[in-house]
Amino acid sequence: MDAVKIRRQIRDYLLENMLFSSDQSKLDDKESLLQKGVIDSTGILEIVNFLEATFAVTIKDTDLLPEHFDSVDNIVAFVARLKG
Amino acid sequence: MKPRRLLCDDLLHFGVHTDTAQKSAVIAEGRAYSYGELLSGARGLAGALRAHGVGRGDRVAIYMDNTWPCVVSVYGILLAGAVFVLVNPQTKADKLAFVLGDAGARALITDGHLASEFGPASTATPGLRVVICSGELPAGVKTLGFDAAIAAIPTASSLELIPLDLAALIYTSGSTGNPKGVMQTHLSMRFALESLTEYLRLQSDDRILLALPLAFDYGLYQLLMTVGLGATLVLERSFTFPAQVYNRMRSERVTVFPAVPTIFSMLLSSHRREPLLFPDVRRVTNTAAALPDDYVPRLKEIFPNALIYRMYGLTECKRVSYLEPELTHMKPGSVGKAIPGTEVYLLNGDGTPTPRGEVGILHVRGPHVMLGYWNQPELTAHMLRPGRLPGERVLCTHDHFRMDEEGYLYFVGRTDDIIKSRGEKVSPVEVENVLHGMPGVREAVVVGVADDTLGQAIRAYVALDEGAALSEKQIRAWCAARLESFMVPREVVFKSELPRTATGKLSRRALIEQS
Repeated sequence: MDAVKIRRQIRDYLLENMLFSSDQSKLDDKESLLQKGVIDSTGILEIVNFLEATFAVTIKDTDLLPEHFDSVDNIVAFVARLKG
Repeated sequence: MKPRRLLCDDLLHFGVHTDTAQKSAVIAEGRAYSYGELLSGARGLAGALRAHGVGRGDRVAIYMDNTWPCVVSVYGILLAGAVFVLVNPQTKADKLAFVLGDAGARALITDGHLASEFGPASTATPGLRVVICSGELPAGVKTLGFDAAIAAIPTASSLELIPLDLAALIYTSGSTGNPKGVMQTHLSMRFALESLTEYLRLQSDDRILLALPLAFDYGLYQLLMTVGLGATLVLERSFTFPAQVYNRMRSERVTVFPAVPTIFSMLLSSHRREPLLFPDVRRVTNTAAALPDDYVPRLKEIFPNALIYRMYGLTECKRVSYLEPELTHMKPGSVGKAIPGTEVYLLNGDGTPTPRGEVGILHVRGPHVMLGYWNQPELTAHMLRPGRLPGERVLCTHDHFRMDEEGYLYFVGRTDDIIKSRGEKVSPVEVENVLHGMPGVREAVVVGVADDTLGQAIRAYVALDEGAALSEKQIRAWCAARLESFMVPREVVFKSELPRTATGKLSRRALIEQS
């Protein structure tokens, strides 16, 4: 799966399930999802479930860090790394 | 020693004392800030507020994340002689405008990244004299930079205040829909923080974690207790990234861990997958919702050296009761006895005392009880009732409790419709009002349904106008744009008709029973 496709799937998931929108301009790939109020302590667990199911990766609790989850760019890079 | 009467007197003491001026008051995002720095920043901010006409008794709103500038703001407002009003940064523009208007705020201190919400809200609040903004200054809204504000000419201090002056308005959800501002004075807040510090047996070498919002009074008191003791607060923005919070707890050797059942539930499920161990933690505290009995032995695995406290409270008096941690096994399900220096008793509906073992309405007596709700005399009279002494007022919680033979309290139930989700109070009426404002929605009723992690999850029953076609997602999106995330319904159930009572009103009761 290429990086462009991973990014699109992640963006679509966040837009649909966290922002309840199909407007692509509502989500900036670099923006902090925490500061923007897109994710919170229960939302991050939903994202983990989505990533594990969609990309067949395993995410450890010790991975729940901002450098992996606090922006679209960070999530894409993290998933790409897990998929090796 | 000079008595410390005002909430800001602790900072005025520790900020200049040779033993503590250099001590870390706050560690925020890994950076340590001393008591001296906190006092200096707060004095500068107080000077800036005074220069913009903010004075004794004026309300100043803080709409910010859990950050160092937020901490400075609490004390800066107090040093200006003003009253702080903390607003959850998840709050959306309309509700923020309501709070600013209701409180009659003279100034707003906020974060640049929240401009899409505070921009419209501040424009709608003509009484605001200044908006002070940390971080990147937004275009299109006139703001004063936070760094420039704290560099202002400092004020001397707020010497004209007395302990009966207001220190804070703490907004809390109510069954009427709009939040109400609980008036707390310097006296009531100082009393509460000292009582809490006493029974939690905290010391000046404690390092208290704060990952709960400062806008939540349980979060705020972690800061107040820290500064009251000259201890250290380890401040995190939130629990969103748990691995980061756990790393910080280890590296900063946190000794006090306050949380709510939703956080404990996530902590325990994480512990099941990969064992967690925090041997430095000496106190674990729970409030906002009942801690399930079976959590305690498992929490002891994670925190082997900690005392675990179950507590009960409401914003109107901060905290009502706590259970001595040594009694957890002897008194399962109990939230203990009144906090030090206060008294509780149960009364029947007719005002007569409730016999031990029977269910009655909890009343609270003590210096921690609020002065009332800001500009709400009728709601105040509903909660504050004549006490035993002439002129005295006691807090009627309207919550049902049972007291055992030894005087230990057991929560039985609420008498209002408030939902508790993730430890936050959610007014179903507030959510229903937002749903009723959505084109296409004819009627809506919101209830709480049991949920293992959240305590209660929010479910909306919705009947649509004829011909209207709305999806669950559209309805949740409408709510998410107007409500804090913990208030957004997790489920929407469509019905052609909603049940009614005999008098024709929508019946929440019938839907709760169906749920």
